Formats: sequence, C-alpha cells, structure tokens
Amino acid sequence: MTERREVVITGVGLLSSLGEGMEATWDRLVSGPPSHDAKTFAPFVVHRLGAVNFELQIPKKGDQRQMEPWQRIGVYAAGLALASAGVKGDAALLDRTDMIVAAGGGERDVAVDGKILTGIRGQANREAFMNERLMNDLRPTLFLAQLPNLVAGNISIVHGIVGSSRTFIGEESAGVDAVRVAHARIAAGQSDITLVGGGYSAERLDLVLNYELACALLRPPFRSVWDRGPGGGIALGSFGAFLVLEAREHADARGAAALARLIHVTSGRTPRAPGDVAAALDGMWTEIAGAMRPGAAAVLSGASGAEPASSEEKTFLATRGLPVRATGTHIGQGFEAQFTANLAIATEILRRGELFQAAGTGDTGTASELVSQVAVTSVGHWRGEGMALVERV
Amino acid sequence: MATRDKAGRPIVVVTGIGIVTSLGTGKDENWTKLTAGESGIRRITRFDTTGLRTTIAGTVDHVYTPGMEPSVLSEAIAWLAGEEALAESRIGAISSFPGPLFLAMPPLEIEWSHRLALSEDAPPGQTVDYGTLIQAASSGRFTGFYERAKVGIIGEHLAERFGTQGSPISLTTACASGATSIQLGVEAIRRGECSAALVIGADGSVTPESLVRFSLLSALSTSNDVPSAASRPFSKNRDGFVLAEGAAALVLEDYDRAVARGARVVGVIEGCGEKSDSFHRTRSSPDGKPIIGCIRNALADAGVGPEDVDYINAHGTSTPENDKMEYLGVSTVFGERMKDIPISSIKSMIGHTLTAAGAIEAAASLLTLQHQKLPPTINYHVPDPAIPLDVVPNVARDAKVDRAVSSSFGFGGQNVCLVMTREPA
Repeated sequence: MTERREVVITGVGLLSSLGEGMEATWDRLVSGPPSHDAKTFAPFVVHRLGAVNFELQIPKKGDQRQMEPWQRIGVYAAGLALASAGVKGDAALLDRTDMIVAAGGGERDVAVDGKILTGIRGQANREAFMNERLMNDLRPTLFLAQLPNLVAGNISIVHGIVGSSRTFIGEESAGVDAVRVAHARIAAGQSDITLVGGGYSAERLDLVLNYELACALLRPPFRSVWDRGPGGGIALGSFGAFLVLEAREHADARGAAALARLIHVTSGRTPRAPGDVAAALDGMWTEIAGAMRPGAAAVLSGASGAEPASSEEKTFLATRGLPVRATGTHIGQGFEAQFTANLAIATEILRRGELFQAAGTGDTGTASELVSQVAVTSVGHWRGEGMALVERV
Repeated sequence: MATRDKAGRPIVVVTGIGIVTSLGTGKDENWTKLTAGESGIRRITRFDTTGLRTTIAGTVDHVYTPGMEPSVLSEAIAWLAGEEALAESRIGAISSFPGPLFLAMPPLEIEWSHRLALSEDAPPGQTVDYGTLIQAASSGRFTGFYERAKVGIIGEHLAERFGTQGSPISLTTACASGATSIQLGVEAIRRGECSAALVIGADGSVTPESLVRFSLLSALSTSNDVPSAASRPFSKNRDGFVLAEGAAALVLEDYDRAVARGARVVGVIEGCGEKSDSFHRTRSSPDGKPIIGCIRNALADAGVGPEDVDYINAHGTSTPENDKMEYLGVSTVFGERMKDIPISSIKSMIGHTLTAAGAIEAAASLLTLQHQKLPPTINYHVPDPAIPLDVVPNVARDAKVDRAVSSSFGFGGQNVCLVMTREPA
C-alpha cells in the first residue's frame, strides 16, 4: 500500500424526521420542535418522516411503485447527495461511480401476514393453507422490495450509478463498514468516487415487532438516548442518509468543493461483555488521537438508547474532555443508515463551526472555539462498534 | 522483495477451499459427484408442497434437521465450509483466523414459525394482526427470537467461532453475492489491509415463502416430474432455475505470506470485475453491455486478454433470459474464440444456490484448474440453436486449463466476474 490518497466528502444527502437537506435539519436541531411521535405506534415512540414529494428525486411513478418506503427513502437521499456533489445527471462520471449501500430489508406485507395468521388457525393442513395463501396473496413485486440490494439496484436505475455496487447488511455495523471500505478503497486508489449510505423506515409494524421481542423500544415519556433507564429504549427513526466520498485530487480536478475531510474510519466487534464497549471505544480512540487537535474537536455520538451500551459509551466519552452531542435523541435509530446520517450532520457542524444544543445527561460541554474536527461514534444497539474522524477543509 | 502482479499489487492466492452442496459436504465428495454428472436436485420433503408450482429443490438434506430455520441452516453450512477451508490451508487454529471475514448470506427476518408462536396467545376466533404479535412480544416471553432476527447474527457467530479479526462484513448482491465476497477479500489484501481473509458464501433458505417469491416472478423450473432433469442450462427446453442451498469458503492470502509459511497454493484470484446494470430490477440490459463490461473489467484487472482464457464456469441458471444474455456477453467478449472455450454450468447439477453460487462456482473453477478436468453441463439433450456453445455436454472432460473465468449475475443489476489461474504469473 504505497499510495494513500486524501478522502473528502463532496456530497451530503439527508432526509429525516427533522426535514430534508442540511439547512432544515440544522434549524430543527438548533431550535426544534422535536420530531418524536408517541401516537402513531403507541405505546412506542418513533421519529416519523414528514411529507416528502418523492417525485423530486424519483420522477417516474413506475419506479416509485416498485419500491417500498425504506427503499424510496434511501433512493431519495442518494439523489440529494449526488445533487449536492454535482454528480447528478453526469452520465460519464456516474458510469464509473462506485456505490456501497448499507441496508436492512425484509419489508413484510403486514395485511397478508395477518390474514394468514388468522386463517391458519383451525386448518387441518396448515402447511398447505400457508402455501395457497402465499401463492395467491403475495404481490410478485413485494419480493423486490424485500431484497436489501434493491436499494442499490434502484439507485442504479433512478440515478444511473453503474460503476460498482455492493450492499452490506447487519444493522449499524453495515453502515460503519460501508464507509470504512469506501474510504479505504479511495485512499488506496481502488476507487475515485463512491456513493455510500442507507435508508430506514421506522414506520413498519414488522420492525416494531422485531425490537419489541426484547422489549427494547422506548415508551413515553420521551427522554434523550442517554436517559432511558436501566432497560434502555430504542426510538425507531425514519431517515435516509448518503455521502459522496471522493479522492481529493479527483474532486479538485472536476472543480467540486470538499465539504469535509474524512481522515479515518475504523470498526470492530466485541461479544459485549461488561466493559467491552468502553474498551472498544478506547482502542479506536487511540487510532484517531494522534490526528486530533485539542480545543477544536467535538464528539458526535451515535448512541442508540439501548442499554447498557449507551451508558458505557457515556461514561467513556465523559473522560475525553470534549463536547459531546448525540443525534439519536433527535432523529431516532435508523440502524444501517445511522453512521452516514451522523457523518452528514458532522459535516454540517464543521461547515458552521458550531454545535447544536445539548439534550440529556450525556450531551456535555460547549464549543469554546470554532469546531474544526468531529469524532463520530457508532455503538450498535446489539453489536458492532465504529468511529470516524472528520475535519474541516 | 515482495512479489507483485502486473499492476504492482500483492498477489492473492487461495490456500483452502470448503464446499457444501446438495451433493454432500466436502470438496472431494462434491468434485467426485460433479465430475460424475450427478444431480443433487430432489423432491422437497422438508415441508408440504401442496399448492406450490415447484416442488423440487437442491436442499442440503444431509445437514438439515427438522425445524431448522434458514438462518440456523445457513450458519451451519457456512461453518462446515469454513472449517474445511481452514483445515486445508493450515493457516492456524480453527478459532484464531489472522484476518477479516467476508460473508455472503441471505437476508434474514422473523420466521413464520416465530409469527405463529406469537399468534398463539390470541383467543380462538379472534383476528390476528401485528398488534396481536407485538402484544405477545411485550410479554417478554419471546426474547429467544430477538437475536435470531438480527441480520448480523451469522457473521457475529462465525467471527466468534473462527476468531476472525475486526468487524465481520455481511453482504448481499443477490445472486452475485458469493463473487462479491471474494472480490472484497481480494481488494482488502491488495490494499495491504490484511494478509489473509476468510470469505464464505452460504445460503440455506429453501422455504415455502422463498419458493413462492421466485415462483411469482416466473423464475423457477416447474419440471417437477424428474427432479434431476429439471435444471437444463443452455438447453432449448430450459424452463427456469432450481432453487438450492449450499456454501463455499475460501482462504485468501497474500502470496508472499503463503509462501513464507510453506502453504500449498491451490490457485490464484488474478482479477475481479464489476459493472452494474441500470436497465431493470430483474432483467439484463438487452444490449448486454453491463455483462460485457463486467467480464472485460475482470480481464483487464487480471491484465489478460480474451485469448488467455481456457474455461468459463457459467452463471448458467437455466432461465430463458439469463442463458441467452450470458451467451450474448461471452460471444461478444471472446468473439471467434468462443468456439474453442468450453463453458459449463454446475447449476445443472446442484441448482441455483443464490447467495452462495458465486463462491461455490469460484471453488469449482479452482478445482477445475487443480484437477485439469471440466465439470459437465448435464441435462443437455436439446441444444438451443441460438446459443451455440461448447457446454461440456453431459460428461466431464479432461482438458488443459491454465486460466478460468467465473461470472455471476444478480437481481438489482449486479454483475461480478472473477479470473482465476493455477500459479502466480
């Protein structure tokens, strides 16, 4: 590995319960109102998207119909990022643009599932009944809305990226590793420009069920991710978040502005014995510490509200002596998309040189001077730890 | 002095292979049966197939035990394949692999058995919906289902058991996933990030719903009468693919590291190519450009030309669409030479193992190089005149093979191609 190229963020696309784009997101982060909703999926708290005109990024109705909401959210945010980077519609560049998507998937048709679960009771041959109902009731196109790699597939179709296409799966880690691998490929000269990110829809009963299996969801009253008690609480959040990462020399050559510099990305796993999260964060911190400038740095945490992970992270971060802000309190938990959402918000912090208001006991400190570096953490609700360092250009 | 390829990168070699398919566990058993033209396709016995259009599959019945959910079965066969690859490579203890894990695996979600268990609380006659299920979940009695529904759980378990380094990467590029996992491992070694990588593709997800999903897209063969004759790649009477299960694992290593520790080199991953398709979610661009571009990218990455290829392990699914498009692709890239390049599809024998296919077919290509024998395309009795290829019909054939190409194409416009050789150039 002789060549190490500088990697910059040249495009940011964020669509969340706080709104669309970085201006709207920042306004809500600074002055509210908060976006959590305890009614729609009562008794659980979720962060829902507001009204979105999907046509703006997915012009063909036919394309929209082929996707379920989580895919539309991702494809929309990808379009925002490509527009922000000045890549949108540039067919020659899109032809060699790479893509790593972090995705969940498996969206169910909850009406069909309910009908089968109701009808199967008292059936003499349950398996035959299931086969018959599935054959007759499943929409053929639903399958494509269930496949994780169809976010990438739809981005190829709608936005025209056809360089390479990989989809990482596996909750928060998928998002961290997508950014880590994209960064490493560009730094090593394996790619010049890569779209990376994901989308998540919280407004799905099947996902509410997934997390409630461990009674892991947040119930009112709403509290920050740091203050959800010993049992913890995850508030699912709908959002899509994509970044365009690019070799500095490639961005310069096409006259694209660098929004931030992505210095380092790292990830790991632990079996989550007590103390593992703090030890993992400590190990990753030593990787970025050498590049950090005291006084100008802040931490943007991806804490999920799950416990004991969030408390361990809070205790660790308190020893760093830097201002800390958690985004999960504001946008909720969007798993595969969490890390790129936080990098997008970190980019905005660096552009402005300031932090948004503290919320909860783990949000500490204020920026005494211009914030020019942000360490972004990811402690998965169940597994996977990650960290990145981004810097003002 | 470090050994480098034509592009000045570390050379990535394979030092261990593991395979599980419907034909059995282990590369020796699989290779023997594949070169004997044996089929692993059989009637589904795992569940009642009443009302299904397709009632056959390439299931790994020798590993399956009743009640095994897809995530458990996928993990079991991933483990078996990984264990075999590690044993061959002698890279160290089975529990302390000195590099990262790249795992191609099927998407996971809550299973029907879980939904049914959750619905049992509802009084008889009451309508069951997700509210019912969520209420049951809130009782705290079903926490056992929670971890099993984590998409990351197979990677987590394998990383723990194999002792791989860092965050395990689970991935999917649909039916190209296995090839993508190899490509990611190759790239990591070329970057100097690691000197070894464990790559595994595994898929054990033959369920009623997976059959229905593909049936509704008219992708599956309905030739249920003679299961072993259902998968007919490149034949005129091909009528769809046969859903199947399987796994393959490769130990990838930096050539210098392998040599330094005295490892036996099984083969070389010389090049990887990719080109995605923006035409349609399930169909290839009619001009074949993405497939052509993908194969050309792989050859360019390997630093070789069409004249240097001796054998192609086809994606060859046996669907009318795929085999036609694959022919367009290879005939364009290899031109006149295609008359002399044998191309066979082992899917004729083991069916389409989806997520695992790219890994299994790469493993089969490496075994082809090792044994200098071409696995056949069985069930080839009615040639398709529109696809004039030497498909190694029905019977395996000895041949001199120095370089093999394996292509994988998947829903979502995913195209990946690998170039493999016997020895570092």
